[in-house]
This record gives sequence, C-alpha cells and structure tokens, in this order.
Amino acid sequence: MLENIWVVPGLTFASFWLILFFGKRLPKGGAEIGIAAVGLAFVLSSVAVVEWNDRPATEEVEAVSTGEHGEAEAHGSEPDAHEEAEDEHSFGEVRALAVDLAAAEAGEGEAGEHEAEPIRSAVERNLTWFSFGGVDITVGTAVDGLTVILLFTVTLISLLVHVFSTNYMHGDVRFTYFFAALSLFTTGMLLLVVSSSLLQALFGWELMGLCSFMLIGHWWEKKPNSDAAMKAFLTTRTGDIGLLVGLVIMFFAAGQTFDIAAVNEAALTGAMGETVLLVGASALFVGVIGKSAQFPLHTWLPDAMAGPTPVSALIHAATMVVAGVYLVARLYGVFWTAFDIEAGGVNPIAVIGGITVLIAAALAFVQTDIKKVLAYSTVSQLGYMVMALGVGAWTAAIFHLFTHAFFKGLLFLGAGSVSHAVHSFEMRDDMGGLRKFMPTTFVTFMIGSLALAGVFPLAGFWSKDEILLGAAENGYRLFEVVGLIGAFMTAAYMTRCVYLTFFGSYRGHGHPHESPPPITVPLIILAVFSVGAGLLNAPGFEKFFELTENRVFLLAGIEHHSFEIVPAVVSSVVVLAALALGGLLFFAGRLPRGVTARSRAARAGYRLLANKYYLDHLYTGVVVGSIKGPIARAAYWANQKVIDGVVNGVGVASTRAGLWVYRHIDQRVVDGAVNGAGFGAEGFGGILRTIQTGRVQQYGALLFGATAVLALGLVIFV
Amino acid sequence: MLVNQFLILGAVLFCIGVYGVLARRNGVLVLMSIELILNAVNINLIALGALQGPEAAVTGQVFSLFVITIAAAEVGVGLAIVLLIYRNRTTVDLDEVDLMKG
Amino acid sequence: MLAQNLSFAVLATVATVAALRVVSTRNVVHAALYLVVVLASVGALYVLLAAEFVAAVQILIYIGAIVVLFLFGIMLTRPTIGSEHGLDNDQRWMAGVTGLLLLGLLSFVLVDGFGDRQLPRLDGMSREALTAERGTAAVADSIFSTYLVPFEAVSILLLAALVGAIVLARRD
Repeated sequence: MLENIWVVPGLTFASFWLILFFGKRLPKGGAEIGIAAVGLAFVLSSVAVVEWNDRPATEEVEAVSTGEHGEAEAHGSEPDAHEEAEDEHSFGEVRALAVDLAAAEAGEGEAGEHEAEPIRSAVERNLTWFSFGGVDITVGTAVDGLTVILLFTVTLISLLVHVFSTNYMHGDVRFTYFFAALSLFTTGMLLLVVSSSLLQALFGWELMGLCSFMLIGHWWEKKPNSDAAMKAFLTTRTGDIGLLVGLVIMFFAAGQTFDIAAVNEAALTGAMGETVLLVGASALFVGVIGKSAQFPLHTWLPDAMAGPTPVSALIHAATMVVAGVYLVARLYGVFWTAFDIEAGGVNPIAVIGGITVLIAAALAFVQTDIKKVLAYSTVSQLGYMVMALGVGAWTAAIFHLFTHAFFKGLLFLGAGSVSHAVHSFEMRDDMGGLRKFMPTTFVTFMIGSLALAGVFPLAGFWSKDEILLGAAENGYRLFEVVGLIGAFMTAAYMTRCVYLTFFGSYRGHGHPHESPPPITVPLIILAVFSVGAGLLNAPGFEKFFELTENRVFLLAGIEHHSFEIVPAVVSSVVVLAALALGGLLFFAGRLPRGVTARSRAARAGYRLLANKYYLDHLYTGVVVGSIKGPIARAAYWANQKVIDGVVNGVGVASTRAGLWVYRHIDQRVVDGAVNGAGFGAEGFGGILRTIQTGRVQQYGALLFGATAVLALGLVIFV
Repeated sequence: MLVNQFLILGAVLFCIGVYGVLARRNGVLVLMSIELILNAVNINLIALGALQGPEAAVTGQVFSLFVITIAAAEVGVGLAIVLLIYRNRTTVDLDEVDLMKG
Repeated sequence: MLAQNLSFAVLATVATVAALRVVSTRNVVHAALYLVVVLASVGALYVLLAAEFVAAVQILIYIGAIVVLFLFGIMLTRPTIGSEHGLDNDQRWMAGVTGLLLLGLLSFVLVDGFGDRQLPRLDGMSREALTAERGTAAVADSIFSTYLVPFEAVSILLLAALVGAIVLARRD
C-alpha cells in the first residue's frame, strides 16, 4: 500500500468526477459515491498505517553539525530488504561520500545528545513529469510517519463529515455539488500530504483554497456568505504570494529541484546560503500565516463560519487550516536552519504563534455565536501548533495537530447538531439548558471541551503538555508562560460556551430534540478518539513519536522530551483553576453584571475585542480602500497620460516621419529616378527616331554605305 | 583582252547605278539606275563565262538571259507601283513618300 | 587583237559617259534616251564576247520593251513636261562617296583577284565550231536541258509579274 499511496487521493478525485456527472440521478444525490470513496480511502489509509508500523526501522541517521557550514557529516545505511524507492535521491550519493569523510571519526555527531536510533526510511515513488533545460520536474509520493498519520486523520474526519452531512444538508438546494466539493477538497488535502515535491504540494494547497471558497460560499445567495468566501480566498491568497516566492527561492537554493527531501537536506547540510535560506523561509512562513490563520492574517477564519457546519468541521478544524502547520513540519529542515530554532530565546515562528494564541483566546470571550467561539478557539490552537514548531517541539506540534483534529471536529459537529435542533447559532438568544433535550450531544460536547481545555487524561492534555514541556526544555521559557496563559483562557471561554449552550434555562422558541443517528454516531466516534488519542504518546508507550520520527528530525538533531511530571502538574493546576473560575462566574451566577456600563476601561476593552482589534477596519478600509481610491486613480492617470502619451507620441512621430519620407524621398528621389529613366528613354528614342525618315533611298544609302565599309574592313584585315 | 577590262567596266557601271539609286529623286529614274546595275551584272556573267571555256560561256549566257527576263518583270511591276504612287500622290518624288517616318 | 581592244575602249567609254548622263541629267526623257545608249553599247560588248544571242535579246528586250515601258511610265507620271526642281535629292554627296568607295573596293578586289588573266582567243576557231560551241543552239540546248527548271520558274515569275502589274495598275 505504501508504494501505491497515490490511490488514496485518486479515489476521492474519481469520486468528485463521478458525483459531478452522475450524482443527481442517484437516490441519495451523490452522497453514496462520496461516502464510499472516502470510506475506502480511510480503509486504505488505515492499512497504510499498519504497514508503516510493520516496516522495519533500519535507517540510521547521524545529526548534522549545524555549527559549521558546508560540512556534511551525516552517514547512514541503506534499507536492505525494501527496495521501494524507484528514484534514487541525490543525497544517496551524498551519503556515500560522507561515509568516507566520517569513517575516520568516531561516528558521533557534535550536536546530538541522543544516540542515533534507526528509523523507518520513507517510501518514495517519483516519476518525471517533464524536463526543461536540464531540470527535471517530478511528481510522486513520499510516505513516512507524518504522512500516514495525517492520511488517517484526514480520511477519518472526512468520512465522518460526509456521514454527518447526509442528514445535516438534507434538502439543500445544492446537495450534490456540496458532496462533489467535499470530495475535491479531500483530494486536495490528501495530495498535499502525500506529495514528494513542492510543486505538487502547491497543487493540493491551491486546490484546497479553491474548494474552501466553494464550500464557504455554499449558500451564496446571501451576500454575507459570498463576502466571507471572498475574504477567505483573498486572505489566503495574500499569504500565497509569500508561499510562491518562498517555493521559487527554495527551488533555486536547493539546486534546482522541488523535491522536499532534497530541499531539507540542502538546508540542513548548509548547502544553501544563509540569507537565501532566511528570505525563503520567511516567504514560506507568510504563506503559512495566511493558510493557518495566524496573526495578522487570521481574520478570514471567523467569517468563514458562514459556511455550513460540516464544512467548518472539515476545513477549519481538522484539515485545511493545518495545511500550513503541515508544510512547516514537512520542510522543518529549512525553518530549523533559517530561524536557528535550536538556539532558544525568540524566533519569528514562535512569536507569531504565541501572539495568535493570546489574541484569539481573548476574542473568544466576547462571541455570542457558538461557531465563532469555536473558530477563535481553532485560531488559538493553531497558534499553539505554530508556536510548538517555533520552539523546536516538532513531535508535540504534530501530536497536537492530530488530537486537535478529533476534539475540534467533535466540537464543530456538536455545534451543528445543536443548530440542527434549535435552528440557530446564537448562544445568548436561542440556546440554554439543552442538556436535557440532547443528552448525546451534551455528553460528547463536554468531552470535547474538556479535551480542548487539556484535562487529564483526555487527548488535549497530553499534546498541550508536550508543547509546554518542549518550550521549557528548549530554552523558550517565555513561550511556556504564554502557553500556560493560553491554556487558562481556553478553559475559561470553553466553560462560558458550554454553560451558555447547555446549562441554565432554555431561551429559545422551538422544540429542540436529539439529532438522528447520522449526526450523533460521528459525534460518539470522535468522542472516543478524543479520549483515547492522547494515549498514543503516553510515557512508556510513545508510539506516536516512534511512528513519526523521520530523517529531518534526526538530521537536525531535534530533541524529544519524554513526559515529566512537574510541568504536567503545573499545567493541570492552571487548567483546573480556570475551570473553577469559570464555574464560579457562570454556574454559580457570580458573573459581575454591568461592568461595561460602569467602567470606561472595561467598555473600551470590550469594544476593542468586539471590533476584533479593528483589524478588519484596517484591512478593508485602509488597505483596500486606499488601493481602490487614490492608488487606482493615480494608476489610471499614469496609464492615460504617461503610457498612452508615449504610445500616441510614437504613433504621431511615425506618421510625420512617414509623411516626410514620402514627400522627399519617395516622390522626389525614387519617383524622380523612375520618371527620369522614362524621360531619358523617351529622349533617346526621339533622337533615334530621326533616323527613320521613311525615305527608302536613305535607307538604301545607309545600307550600301555600311556594306561598303564592312567590305573594306574585310578586304583590309582578312 | 584582259578579263579585268570587262569586269572593271562592270564595276564602274554598277557603282554608277548605285549612285543613281541613292541620289535620284524620281522613281522612274531609280528604276533606270537599277537597270544599269543589272546590266553590269550581265557583263560580269558573260565575261567570266567567256573566260572559262565553252560550257561556262554557255552557262554565263543562259544566266544573263535569265537576268534580262527578271529585269523585265521587275520593271513592269516597279512601274505599276510608281504609277500607283503617282495616282495617290500626284507625284513620283520619292522624298515625299515618307509615311513611315518615325 | 588591236581591233578588239580598240572596240572595247570605244564601247566602254560610250557606255560610261552615257551612264553618267543617265544619273545626272535634269531631264527624265533624256535619261531614258541615254539609257538606250548604255544598253546598246552593252549589247555591242556582248557581241565582242561572242555572245550574239544575248546581244540580240538585249537589244530586243531591253531597248525594245523595257525602255519603251520606261517611256510610258515617264509619260504617265509627269505632272509637267519640262524640268523640275532638280532630280537629285539631298544625299547625293553621300551616295557619291559610297559609290566611289564601292568602286575603289571592287577595283582593288578585281585587280587583286584576276590580275592579268586573258580571255581565251577565239581567232583560230572556225565559224561553225564557234557557233556549235557557244552559239544560240548551244544556249538553247542548255536552257532546255540543264536549266529547265530555272527556265520554268522564270516563266512563272513572268506570269506573276504580268498579273501583278495588271492588278496593281488597273483603275477600279
């Protein structure tokens, strides 16, 4: 399966086309094809996970000494039995060379404190798409632990969302297209995940951008929805500028190849120049900021809640937004070297991540729409993942991505279930006390919230704890504090959310009831995963780490820190304190009333949060407005006066030049020559004409005279 | 007698005839000059025939007879043409027959 | 010998002078009459060369028919009787030069070619032998045997000339 992993995105791609052409005629409107395809993809992904697990770990990689440039001291052995790699990488040769270099030494790297454990080597499969100028553009798949984990997650969430949507989107005006778009979107994410070359990854990235536009704007008849879709697309597109620039820089810096493994290798072994690497990594990170909704390009994600809830669950909880995190994780060699993450202190990735954690969490407090709360929560958790990558806790970041997919997906689907019952998303106005009406939804939502908050022994606890541990141990104490504050705020706003939705008295007007099985069964499945997924990396077991450990990880010499009890206790205390505070304020009813009415500062703070830090005003008003107005007018003026002026001027000048040439050269010189030839011929002819007198005797005279002369000549000379 | 006597006499008559053809204005006079030329030719023929023995002499005579005949025919037609010119233009001045003037 | 040379000299002189008068006289009729003199002396020269038949034909045809024809022609084409404004056109000097040039050329060639060759003397032959050799009978034989085709051709030419002249000159 690992060699043929391309089948997985192929399945969903085929299902997209099938739904598009045949969906309308089928009894369930195309959903059967979608569910079948994604289900099969999930099964194959699970098979891939098992196969990956069974794969013997034979590759030994020594850490590269990153202190000096240009000296590669890595050495390793080839995987013996499995010969899946059809295309040898360039660093196979580098490895062979390095063996000679390192043979004299004792074989211990300078950076690594760990001994080099053998890892499973990635399964690569490439074919050359086209080549130009000596450069081969390849497409192919590269499967390693990160890939199979994400395949598993994405296909599972996608399958559950499909099942959920059959009931949630029932009777929708564009039911079939919705499923087609879901299939296409899944294809895009799977393509990104399995690709071995950056160019191919870009395909998947952009495909997801397109599908998110289609899906967010699913009910485009209402203007706010299409506006939100536009905003999402354009904001991520702004980030994509950086991505494209970064991709091109990486291409050239890595020696004209898009191959991800080659790029990482080149970055880690110091083959790229320092400035080039920094600029390229920063550009790539801009793309990540856009796609993964980091500050300052996070504004699209809350607005994207205008789309259907299954879309929010799939795209904005589990799949698309983590594409940026995945990209950083994949190209970690580049970022590790460019921003010198090993050194500790601060670096741009961690800073952006940290800021995102805090400001998003703050915004989650003032939302009345349940989906908006979850959206800001997602932004905050994405900040956690990016921050983790920034502090060098690679495995922690991936692990958090993994667990977050489950409990955030669960929370979104739960919100969907609630809205299905009360036909609204407003917590303040239409919800309250729903635990009596919707027990299954309530229980699963609670599990999800506790997992998000990070309560032992649910999934979120383990992953968040690993992040904080990594921050502390790698020399990023500041970000450990940021993480703790974020954990506190997370627990607090989730308590508020849960309280407003499920507790208290019912403030709505309808008759809420529990949702049917297509909705509740996915909730239960996700709840199970939310509970158990964290144990995958539990101390002693550490299966997740072992599965995802890859070449880059070892080459860079990233450290993995096992569970330590003290930081775990500290974070648990913080979380429980937050829960207690929340319980006090909401459950016990001790929420101070009228604070904003009394205090100026409180009012200002509330307004700041309610207006989302005025960032939207900045973007649409200042940036877009100035471009639409003065800049556009200036460009128009330049176009009309300057550019058109030049063009018209050239035209007028050419016309005048042509006229002059016509008058003086063509008429006088050329025509003069032609006419002159005519006149000359005429004159000469006139002269010759006088010989012809018409008189025969004259002709005779000429004849005889000529004959006489000729005869004379004959006689004299012959 | 030298054969050259006759031949040179023939040449003299010929050249006088040529002068007459080129220099005379009247068409009839031109024809007369042509007769002079033809006679010169005849003298040549007979003299050269006589130079070379009996058969040649006879051949010379035969040919000169032919020349006389042809001269007669030519004069007939030539005068007819001159008559026509006279009828059309009331003149036989050859200088005035220059319709082909370029 | 002497008689022949003397005769030749007289005849040649007469012929040359008459020919010169033909091409220089101002009177057309006088030119025709001078032409008669030329033709007659040329006929006499034929006799001198033992070509009596040709001499006879010359007198008969040339003087008897052709000159008469000329006189008719003159008669029919004269606007006035008398002299006109010169019978020579403007290029007589050029023609004279040409004639002289030709004469010089021809003379030179002839002298150079024939030099001192003498005509064969016919004194010793008897009259009958001479007649049989190159007399009329011999000429007639030659015409009607060897040169029959040219004879017939000339006949047809005469016929054509006759018809042509009639066609050209008739009034219609």
